[in-house]
Amino acid sequence: MQEILFYIFSALTLLCGLLVVFNPFSRNPVTSAMFLVLTIISMSGLFVLLKAFFLAAVQILVYAGAVIVLFLFVIMLLDVKDEERRRYQKFGTFLGFAAVTGLAMLIINTIKQSGVSHALTGDGVAETKPLGKLLFTDYLLPFEIVSILLLVAMVGCILLSKREETAEAEAE
Amino acid sequence: MTIGLEHYLIVSVVLFCLGLLGVIIRRNLIVMYMGLELMLNAANLALVAFSHFRDNLDGQVMVFFIITVAAAEVAVGLALIVALYRKRQTNDVTDLTSMKL
Repeated sequence: MQEILFYIFSALTLLCGLLVVFNPFSRNPVTSAMFLVLTIISMSGLFVLLKAFFLAAVQILVYAGAVIVLFLFVIMLLDVKDEERRRYQKFGTFLGFAAVTGLAMLIINTIKQSGVSHALTGDGVAETKPLGKLLFTDYLLPFEIVSILLLVAMVGCILLSKREETAEAEAE
Repeated sequence: MTIGLEHYLIVSVVLFCLGLLGVIIRRNLIVMYMGLELMLNAANLALVAFSHFRDNLDGQVMVFFIITVAAAEVAVGLALIVALYRKRQTNDVTDLTSMKL
Protein backbone atom coordinates (compact mmCIF):
# COMPACT_ATOMS: atom_id res chain seq x y z
CA MET A 1 0.00 0.00 0.00
CA GLN A 2 2.74 2.45 0.99
CA GLU A 3 4.60 1.69 -2.22
CA ILE A 4 1.55 2.47 -4.38
CA LEU A 5 0.91 5.70 -2.46
CA PHE A 6 4.56 6.70 -2.86
CA TYR A 7 4.42 6.21 -6.61
CA ILE A 8 1.10 8.08 -6.93
CA PHE A 9 2.27 11.05 -4.85
CA SER A 10 5.70 11.31 -6.43
CA ALA A 11 4.28 11.05 -9.95
CA LEU A 12 1.76 13.80 -9.12
CA THR A 13 4.49 15.97 -7.58
CA LEU A 14 6.77 15.66 -10.58
CA LEU A 15 4.03 16.05 -13.20
CA CYS A 16 2.59 19.16 -11.56
CA GLY A 17 6.14 20.49 -11.01
CA LEU A 18 6.81 20.14 -14.71
CA LEU A 19 3.54 21.88 -15.55
CA VAL A 20 4.51 24.80 -13.27
CA VAL A 21 7.60 25.59 -15.28
CA PHE A 22 6.78 24.23 -18.73
CA ASN A 23 3.12 24.15 -19.69
CA PRO A 24 2.62 23.70 -23.45
CA PHE A 25 -1.00 24.88 -23.31
CA SER A 26 -0.79 28.05 -21.27
CA ARG A 27 1.84 30.58 -20.30
CA ASN A 28 -0.41 32.31 -17.82
CA PRO A 29 1.32 32.71 -14.40
CA VAL A 30 -2.03 31.97 -12.70
CA THR A 31 -1.98 28.45 -14.20
CA SER A 32 1.57 28.00 -12.92
CA ALA A 33 0.48 29.11 -9.44
CA MET A 34 -2.40 26.61 -9.46
CA PHE A 35 -0.09 23.77 -10.45
CA LEU A 36 2.30 24.90 -7.72
CA VAL A 37 -0.56 24.38 -5.22
CA LEU A 38 -1.06 20.83 -6.55
CA THR A 39 2.70 20.17 -6.30
CA ILE A 40 2.73 21.37 -2.68
CA ILE A 41 -0.29 19.25 -1.73
CA SER A 42 1.03 16.03 -3.27
CA MET A 43 4.36 16.75 -1.63
CA SER A 44 2.72 16.99 1.77
CA GLY A 45 1.33 13.51 0.95
CA LEU A 46 4.95 12.38 0.64
CA PHE A 47 5.66 14.02 4.01
CA VAL A 48 2.83 11.98 5.55
CA LEU A 49 4.36 8.81 4.11
CA LEU A 50 7.63 9.84 5.78
CA LYS A 51 5.75 10.24 9.09
CA ALA A 52 6.40 13.98 9.24
CA PHE A 53 2.77 14.83 10.05
CA PHE A 54 3.45 18.25 11.54
CA LEU A 55 5.46 19.33 8.53
CA ALA A 56 2.77 18.05 6.17
CA ALA A 57 0.25 20.31 7.95
CA VAL A 58 2.65 23.27 7.99
CA GLN A 59 3.43 22.73 4.32
CA ILE A 60 -0.24 23.01 3.35
CA LEU A 61 -0.95 25.91 5.73
CA VAL A 62 2.08 28.03 4.89
CA TYR A 63 2.67 27.22 1.23
CA ALA A 64 -0.76 26.45 -0.18
CA GLY A 65 -2.46 28.84 2.22
CA ALA A 66 -0.17 31.85 2.43
CA VAL A 67 2.60 31.82 -0.16
CA ILE A 68 0.42 30.95 -3.16
CA VAL A 69 -2.21 33.49 -2.15
CA LEU A 70 0.57 36.08 -2.02
CA PHE A 71 1.68 35.00 -5.50
CA LEU A 72 -1.86 35.33 -6.81
CA PHE A 73 -2.21 38.80 -5.26
CA VAL A 74 0.96 39.97 -6.97
CA ILE A 75 -0.07 38.41 -10.31
CA MET A 76 -3.34 40.30 -9.96
CA LEU A 77 -1.44 43.58 -9.47
CA LEU A 78 0.73 43.02 -12.53
CA ASP A 79 -0.11 42.66 -16.19
CA VAL A 80 -0.21 39.01 -17.31
CA LYS A 81 -1.37 39.66 -20.85
CA ASP A 82 2.17 40.54 -21.82
CA GLU A 83 3.46 37.13 -20.71
CA GLU A 84 0.92 35.28 -22.87
CA ARG A 85 2.10 37.06 -26.01
CA ARG A 86 5.65 35.83 -25.60
CA ARG A 87 6.68 32.43 -26.96
CA TYR A 88 9.21 29.97 -25.61
CA GLN A 89 12.57 30.52 -27.27
CA LYS A 90 13.04 27.12 -28.88
CA PHE A 91 16.83 26.98 -28.71
CA GLY A 92 16.95 28.19 -25.13
CA THR A 93 14.28 25.72 -24.01
CA PHE A 94 16.12 22.85 -25.69
CA LEU A 95 19.43 23.85 -24.10
CA GLY A 96 17.76 24.23 -20.71
CA PHE A 97 16.22 20.75 -20.93
CA ALA A 98 19.57 19.27 -21.99
CA ALA A 99 21.53 20.93 -19.20
CA VAL A 100 19.00 20.03 -16.52
CA THR A 101 18.73 16.40 -17.71
CA GLY A 102 22.52 16.13 -17.55
CA LEU A 103 22.58 17.50 -14.01
CA ALA A 104 19.79 15.14 -12.91
CA MET A 105 21.58 12.12 -14.41
CA LEU A 106 24.80 13.12 -12.66
CA ILE A 107 23.22 13.44 -9.21
CA ILE A 108 21.04 10.31 -9.55
CA ASN A 109 24.10 8.31 -10.59
CA THR A 110 25.97 9.62 -7.55
CA ILE A 111 23.09 8.64 -5.24
CA LYS A 112 22.93 5.15 -6.75
CA GLN A 113 26.67 4.60 -6.40
CA SER A 114 26.86 5.91 -2.85
CA GLY A 115 24.67 3.05 -1.56
CA VAL A 116 23.06 5.44 0.95
CA SER A 117 19.84 3.43 0.80
CA HIS A 118 21.50 0.42 2.41
CA ALA A 119 23.38 2.45 5.00
CA LEU A 120 20.35 4.25 6.41
CA THR A 121 17.29 2.10 7.10
CA GLY A 122 15.47 3.76 9.98
CA ASP A 123 11.73 3.81 10.44
CA GLY A 124 11.24 7.40 11.52
CA VAL A 125 9.76 9.06 14.61
CA ALA A 126 6.00 9.23 14.19
CA GLU A 127 5.21 11.73 16.94
CA THR A 128 5.08 15.52 16.89
CA LYS A 129 5.85 15.89 20.59
CA PRO A 130 9.61 15.22 20.34
CA LEU A 131 9.80 17.69 17.46
CA GLY A 132 8.24 20.41 19.60
CA LYS A 133 10.57 19.58 22.47
CA LEU A 134 13.59 19.77 20.20
CA LEU A 135 12.37 23.06 18.75
CA PHE A 136 12.04 24.72 22.17
CA THR A 137 15.18 23.31 23.81
CA ASP A 138 18.11 22.65 21.48
CA TYR A 139 16.91 24.98 18.74
CA LEU A 140 15.56 27.80 20.92
CA LEU A 141 18.10 30.40 19.77
CA PRO A 142 17.55 29.77 16.01
CA PHE A 143 13.81 29.88 16.70
CA GLU A 144 14.09 33.36 18.23
CA ILE A 145 16.40 34.52 15.43
CA VAL A 146 13.84 33.37 12.87
CA SER A 147 11.18 35.44 14.61
CA ILE A 148 13.44 38.49 14.28
CA LEU A 149 13.95 37.61 10.61
CA LEU A 150 10.18 37.59 10.09
CA LEU A 151 9.94 41.02 11.75
CA VAL A 152 12.70 42.36 9.49
CA ALA A 153 10.95 40.90 6.43
CA MET A 154 7.71 42.58 7.50
CA VAL A 155 9.39 45.97 7.91
CA GLY A 156 11.17 45.48 4.58
CA CYS A 157 7.92 44.73 2.77
CA ILE A 158 6.23 47.83 4.16
CA LEU A 159 9.22 49.96 3.21
CA LEU A 160 9.42 48.50 -0.31
CA SER A 161 5.75 48.79 -1.13
CA LYS A 162 5.46 52.36 0.15
CA ARG A 163 5.25 55.00 -2.54
CA GLU A 164 8.52 56.90 -2.78
CA GLU A 165 7.10 60.37 -2.25
CA THR A 166 9.98 61.70 -0.17
CA ALA A 167 12.64 60.63 -2.68
CA GLU A 168 10.73 62.20 -5.56
CA ALA A 169 10.19 65.39 -3.59
CA GLU A 170 13.91 65.61 -2.90
CA ALA A 171 14.70 65.06 -6.59
CA GLU A 172 12.53 68.01 -7.50
CA MET B 1 10.06 -3.72 -3.53
CA THR B 2 10.22 -1.50 -0.48
CA ILE B 3 10.63 2.22 -0.80
CA GLY B 4 14.04 3.28 0.48
CA LEU B 5 15.86 6.56 0.94
CA GLU B 6 17.09 6.34 -2.64
CA HIS B 7 13.57 6.67 -4.09
CA TYR B 8 12.81 9.82 -2.14
CA LEU B 9 16.20 11.31 -3.00
CA ILE B 10 15.61 10.70 -6.71
CA VAL B 11 12.20 12.42 -6.54
CA SER B 12 13.87 15.30 -4.73
CA VAL B 13 16.64 15.59 -7.34
CA VAL B 14 14.17 15.56 -10.23
CA LEU B 15 12.04 18.20 -8.51
CA PHE B 16 15.12 20.37 -7.93
CA CYS B 17 16.04 20.06 -11.60
CA LEU B 18 12.50 21.05 -12.61
CA GLY B 19 12.81 24.18 -10.48
CA LEU B 20 16.16 24.95 -12.09
CA LEU B 21 14.61 24.40 -15.52
CA GLY B 22 11.94 26.95 -14.65
CA VAL B 23 14.58 29.53 -13.72
CA ILE B 24 16.47 28.80 -16.95
CA ILE B 25 13.70 28.74 -19.56
CA ARG B 26 11.08 31.16 -18.21
CA ARG B 27 11.68 34.89 -18.46
CA ASN B 28 8.82 36.06 -16.24
CA LEU B 29 10.07 37.07 -12.78
CA ILE B 30 7.07 35.58 -10.97
CA VAL B 31 7.37 32.19 -12.67
CA MET B 32 11.12 32.22 -12.00
CA TYR B 33 10.24 32.76 -8.35
CA MET B 34 7.97 29.72 -8.47
CA GLY B 35 10.95 27.75 -9.79
CA LEU B 36 12.92 28.90 -6.74
CA GLU B 37 10.10 27.68 -4.51
CA LEU B 38 10.21 24.27 -6.22
CA MET B 39 13.96 24.06 -5.54
CA LEU B 40 13.46 24.92 -1.86
CA ASN B 41 10.74 22.27 -1.63
CA ALA B 42 13.03 19.67 -3.20
CA ALA B 43 15.62 20.41 -0.51
CA ASN B 44 12.88 20.05 2.12
CA LEU B 45 11.88 16.66 0.75
CA ALA B 46 15.47 15.42 0.85
CA LEU B 47 15.89 16.64 4.44
CA VAL B 48 12.66 14.99 5.62
CA ALA B 49 13.65 11.75 3.90
CA PHE B 50 17.07 11.74 5.58
CA SER B 51 15.45 12.57 8.91
CA HIS B 52 13.03 9.64 8.50
CA PHE B 53 15.61 7.06 7.55
CA ARG B 54 18.07 8.17 10.26
CA ASP B 55 15.48 8.19 13.09
CA ASN B 56 16.65 11.71 13.84
CA LEU B 57 14.39 14.76 14.11
CA ASP B 58 17.03 17.43 13.41
CA GLY B 59 16.22 17.33 9.71
CA GLN B 60 12.58 18.11 10.37
CA VAL B 61 13.52 21.09 12.56
CA MET B 62 15.67 22.37 9.71
CA VAL B 63 12.77 21.98 7.26
CA PHE B 64 10.61 23.99 9.67
CA PHE B 65 13.15 26.82 9.58
CA ILE B 66 13.46 26.58 5.79
CA ILE B 67 9.69 26.95 5.39
CA THR B 68 9.72 30.04 7.64
CA VAL B 69 12.64 31.64 5.83
CA ALA B 70 11.06 30.82 2.45
CA ALA B 71 7.85 32.57 3.49
CA ALA B 72 9.81 35.68 4.50
CA GLU B 73 11.82 35.49 1.29
CA VAL B 74 8.69 35.27 -0.86
CA ALA B 75 7.14 38.27 0.88
CA VAL B 76 10.22 40.46 0.37
CA GLY B 77 10.84 39.18 -3.17
CA LEU B 78 7.30 39.83 -4.33
CA ALA B 79 7.41 43.30 -2.78
CA LEU B 80 10.58 43.91 -4.80
CA ILE B 81 8.87 42.68 -7.98
CA VAL B 82 5.93 45.01 -7.39
CA ALA B 83 8.29 47.95 -6.75
CA LEU B 84 10.20 47.08 -9.93
CA TYR B 85 6.99 46.84 -11.93
CA ARG B 86 5.92 50.23 -10.66
CA LYS B 87 9.19 51.79 -11.85
CA ARG B 88 9.74 49.95 -15.16
CA GLN B 89 6.25 48.69 -16.15
CA THR B 90 7.64 45.21 -16.87
CA ASN B 91 8.36 41.99 -15.03
CA ASP B 92 10.19 40.25 -17.83
CA VAL B 93 13.93 39.82 -17.33
CA THR B 94 14.71 40.36 -21.02
CA ASP B 95 13.52 43.95 -20.62
CA LEU B 96 15.65 44.61 -17.54
CA THR B 97 18.96 45.37 -19.20
CA SER B 98 20.05 48.62 -17.59
CA MET B 99 23.16 46.93 -16.13
CA LYS B 100 24.23 45.65 -19.56
CA LEU B 101 27.42 47.26 -20.87
